[in-house]
Amino acid sequence: MADRRTSGPTLEPGWRGLVSDLASDQRAFKGVPWSKAMMWLFLLSDIFIFACFLVGYMQVRITTPEPWPSASEVFALHLGGRDIPLLLIAIMTFILISSSGTMALAVKCGYERRRLATGGLLILTALLGASFVGMQAFEWTTLIHEGVRPWSNPWGAAQFGAAFFLITGFHGTHVTIGVILLIVMAAKVVRGSLAAERPGFLTRRRGRYEMVETLGLYWHFVDLVWVFIFAFFYLW
Amino acid sequence: MHEREYEASPEAPPAETGEMELVHPRTFIGKYIWSQDAKVIAIQYAVTATAIGLVALVLSLLMRLQLGFPNSLSLIDPESYLQYVTMHGMIMVVYLLTAIFLGGFGNYLIPLMCGARDMAFPYLNMLSFWVYLASVLLLVAGFFVGDGSSGAGWTLYPPQAISQGTPGADGGIVLMLVSLAVFIIGFTMGGLNYVVTVLQGRTRGMTLMRLPLTVWGIFMATVMALLAFPALFVAVVMMLLDRLLGTSFFMPEMLGMGEEGSQRGGSPLLFQHLFWFFGHPEVYIVALPAFGIVSDLIATHARKNIFGYRMMVWAIIIIGALSFVVWAHHMYVSGMSPYFGFLFATTTLIVAVPTALKVYNWVLTLWRGDIHLTVPMLFAIGFLFTFVNGGLSGLFLGNVTVDVPLSDTYFVVGHFHMVMAVAPVLVIFGAIYHWYPKITGRMLDATLGKVHFWVTFLGTYAIYYPMHFLGLAGVPRRYYAYGETAFVPDSVQSLNAFITIAALVVAAAQLLFLFNLAWSLFRGREAGPNPWRATTLEWQTPHTPPRHGNFGDELPLVYRWPYDYSVPGVKDDYIPQNVPPQAVEREPAADRGRGGES
Ligand code: HEM
Ligand SMILES: [Cu+2]
Repeated sequence: MADRRTSGPTLEPGWRGLVSDLASDQRAFKGVPWSKAMMWLFLLSDIFIFACFLVGYMQVRITTPEPWPSASEVFALHLGGRDIPLLLIAIMTFILISSSGTMALAVKCGYERRRLATGGLLILTALLGASFVGMQAFEWTTLIHEGVRPWSNPWGAAQFGAAFFLITGFHGTHVTIGVILLIVMAAKVVRGSLAAERPGFLTRRRGRYEMVETLGLYWHFVDLVWVFIFAFFYLW
Repeated sequence: MHEREYEASPEAPPAETGEMELVHPRTFIGKYIWSQDAKVIAIQYAVTATAIGLVALVLSLLMRLQLGFPNSLSLIDPESYLQYVTMHGMIMVVYLLTAIFLGGFGNYLIPLMCGARDMAFPYLNMLSFWVYLASVLLLVAGFFVGDGSSGAGWTLYPPQAISQGTPGADGGIVLMLVSLAVFIIGFTMGGLNYVVTVLQGRTRGMTLMRLPLTVWGIFMATVMALLAFPALFVAVVMMLLDRLLGTSFFMPEMLGMGEEGSQRGGSPLLFQHLFWFFGHPEVYIVALPAFGIVSDLIATHARKNIFGYRMMVWAIIIIGALSFVVWAHHMYVSGMSPYFGFLFATTTLIVAVPTALKVYNWVLTLWRGDIHLTVPMLFAIGFLFTFVNGGLSGLFLGNVTVDVPLSDTYFVVGHFHMVMAVAPVLVIFGAIYHWYPKITGRMLDATLGKVHFWVTFLGTYAIYYPMHFLGLAGVPRRYYAYGETAFVPDSVQSLNAFITIAALVVAAAQLLFLFNLAWSLFRGREAGPNPWRATTLEWQTPHTPPRHGNFGDELPLVYRWPYDYSVPGVKDDYIPQNVPPQAVEREPAADRGRGGES
């Protein structure tokens, strides 16, 4: 990694020191590679998208005069003759959060230059992510069979289906993109492109193990967003 | 006045990272079409934006002809009037101003002014342009489908925007929404680049507090855009679903053409909040780059350091932050709680403080400066006038009680054209006259430029000043004709005719400008590397126009801030940022002590 030397005089303590450190020579964030800075920035922007989606959902839930379907009944899993509320969603959440763990391990192994371990953990993360998407597809199909549509549903406010498909769909798209990126990255790692700093196919940028961490940021973000969707959609 | 050069340091700090590698294309297509060079991308952006801007200009002239001579000329019908208003507004705000400031000037100036070889992610940067081009084509396609482009007004308020009966409700609105979503995606690609380059890609010695204000303005505008466009994106996606799938995010229960619609329970107000959460910052997204550029134009052409540099930087940051908490001042008549109105009126008026501070600093920079009335300087001063004018009428509109009767009248049209249409456009012109010599190696013709300036500047006053009076008389906006409306006095018609004639004259002056651009490209005077004797890094490049990689073999080192003009005791009246203090040529001692009193 780049060395973390700061230039110029010693920093003053407190707010002023913070500002002059950020404003200092060449880089505002010392030792942060460009792609990582870019990912943080992108995520910041993406947070605003998800926030607007969730705020929009809350707003229509308040304005609609019709009753809002009860989440624990709608999302119940019919198992062994009984309806178990939120079971599927609990499993999905568990899987996604575990995938954050495997991702973090992959980043660690990446920095230790353990090629196969990194690749394996990335693939594991991708599998967990893919199974999340699969279960989401299952949930969607079940709901569609029960008659839920973006424009109507059997139990009440039409906005329920609209917001549900929109928000989980948007999140699911993020996960799917993440899975694809994970697979690509795993291939790069295993082939040794990162270790050999081979230029990328499209961008011609040299491969570096920091890329695993950058992808990790994205993956953790997607998990974090899910926690909010889970709380606002399934628990409210 | 400072006795030494401002905070100049004797040496540049050591390099923190290695240099970026550039991919040098060898084919013509790689160099100029699928180019990854920020300078080429900048020109691609600027040319596309100008082309679509000309379309919007023609639309406005057609509207003006209708308003000025409603009975004798019938070029357009009421539906197309609404469609033209919509397209004109949307194109001007998003596809022209945002694109040209950030994609055009941002791409050209950020790497050069920061002392970088290129943007941080050249490939993404290239994609950004092509996605932008796609969005422009989608937008234009709206003219040609079914019943034409949308006529909902550039604010696209639902339910009207997607209800039958509104022009373009079939195809036009869909294309408009898709085009906006595509634009946002393309912009995000570019925006990430601009911000990362400014934060992480500067040359040695270039601290943030040594950045030219141009870069500060564009930087802050980009950050704001990255946070504001998401709201528009969400609004656009939801409206598309409402239109295509029949969801009811924004659609309340309605009767349309005597029939009950199938949609119910949605919230039209939600759209307005989302839209203006984007829409108000958008005003500053086009204003902040203009602020930055104008600061540099004024300092360079008045040969004086910018007054209160740190204050100017903080004002940019504070304006950027505050502009996210004022959006609902566009919704005073939407049926919000009056307490909300009060809250937003307060924040709105607070924004005036840092803004006024910037105006004072510009004026104080001019004060006793060695003002050269070059064409860029004329446009910069023109900006000060129009901006102050528009800002003052903004104070009226920011207050709930004053705004309610003025809402949706021509007062608003006059106000926003002054403050966010004409003012930034004047800066764009000034900036083109200023940087054209660097971009092409030749000067623009100054005589033509002065004619262009005076006609445009006085002409826009002739167009927009009277609109305030129209508004006070109660003339509503977005109207095709006023007919026998009782409260609209007859004299309004003659004023409208006058405005139209002024608009035609102003438009004609733009042809002069286009001619100047083309003519000077081949016949203009050779500019040399630094015709304005400016201090910033883009003027210190080894080649004019700069080649790929900008700075030849070695990146420049920066020893000082960008405003060392007329430093007392120094032979030249400017010291470029890359000149170390040891290398500055001093005046002989006898001449010392003169001219250092301002
Ligand atoms: C010579 C230049 C221009 C002329 C003659 C002109 C004229 C007009 C006219 C006649 C309208 C319609 C007013 C109405 O019926 O309500 C209008 C609306 C508008 N113009 Fe311009 N304009 C010019 C430049 C610009 C520029 C540079 C911008 C960039 C921000 C701009 C932004 C708008 C917007 C946002 C609207 C409102 C559209 C709506 O109501 O939906 N205009 N302009
Ligand atoms: Cu506003």
